[in-house]
Amino acid sequence: MTSRRLWYLRGVRAAVSVPGLILASAFIGFAGLAKEAGLTLVQSVFMVAMVWALPAKVVLVGAILSGASLPAAAFAVALSSIRLAPMVVALVPELRGPRTPRWVLYFLSHFVAVTSWVLAMERLRGIPREMRTSYYAGLGSTLVLFNMAVVAIVFLLADSLPPSVSAALFLLTPMYFLTSLWGSARERAGHVAMALGIVLGPVLHSVIPGFDLLGAGLIGGGLAFAFHRLSRRRQAA
Amino acid sequence: MTFQAIDSWWWPFLFILIGGWLPTDAWRFLGVYLGDRISEESELLVLVRALATALVAAVIGNLIVFPSGALADTALALRLFAVAAGFVAYLTLGRKILVGIFVAEAVLLGGILAT
Repeated sequence: MTSRRLWYLRGVRAAVSVPGLILASAFIGFAGLAKEAGLTLVQSVFMVAMVWALPAKVVLVGAILSGASLPAAAFAVALSSIRLAPMVVALVPELRGPRTPRWVLYFLSHFVAVTSWVLAMERLRGIPREMRTSYYAGLGSTLVLFNMAVVAIVFLLADSLPPSVSAALFLLTPMYFLTSLWGSARERAGHVAMALGIVLGPVLHSVIPGFDLLGAGLIGGGLAFAFHRLSRRRQAA
Repeated sequence: MTFQAIDSWWWPFLFILIGGWLPTDAWRFLGVYLGDRISEESELLVLVRALATALVAAVIGNLIVFPSGALADTALALRLFAVAAGFVAYLTLGRKILVGIFVAEAVLLGGILAT
């Protein structure tokens, strides 16, 4: 066996982990949401493969549910996915070997989402530098393919679930986001932004539906950043 | 130009590509391009992260207060209590995501079965 293949397979094995399991449970919830929004099995599996990041998909399905136009949906998804850019910026220096072609990095960046990123940042350090791209390819592709299968299976089974189990599945996604987002915040401003956003979302949804996500992002994020500047100035003083 | 606007097999896929794939991979590709050209400590990144975090939090809030499917048939108070219990358990019992999810689900199912 070539050593590239060996490290790819070790990446595959790394996907079978507690974070991987939690992610799969959140995808069970997502499949229920997509089905509720009227998407077909093929459309939902396609969305998993093409979009991958779960918050972006939940926003996209939310936009479809509320009858948003394509530009409005794309804008909301773009706003919810800004975090992917700094995540990739942080990952690339760890991932890159001395002779890694650029296209490999662009291709692998598609697998970046919260779970694979957390796992990669944790483990890449212990992988030989020239094998890191193979390892991450195994990790990322396994997570995507496995969750495509999870969504397809839930689509086939969802109708036969009792309502209490189905209700519990719908709570998985918000609970997973709530805890993982809180844990991944880099500074206190992140926690302030979360507290404001989680309240502003439903409030604005009742007042100005259609602009709830955007409004909550701008107001909550803006206030959190103001908090960040103020507390930094106080520290300096 | 909504998801249901054009009645043909390809429109939903085009909608997902332009509405979902383009605005996510564009950020990922930008991340690769910027590579190590930008400082992780930059204040601009703090603002960007705060905006993105508040937006995702708004999605979480809406999923709890205005849920879909069978979760919509449960009482709002039960959902809020279940999420709060799960979150407090997460914060106090070693910040384990699984613990938070497990407690929230247990409270929700307990509440559904009790009513």
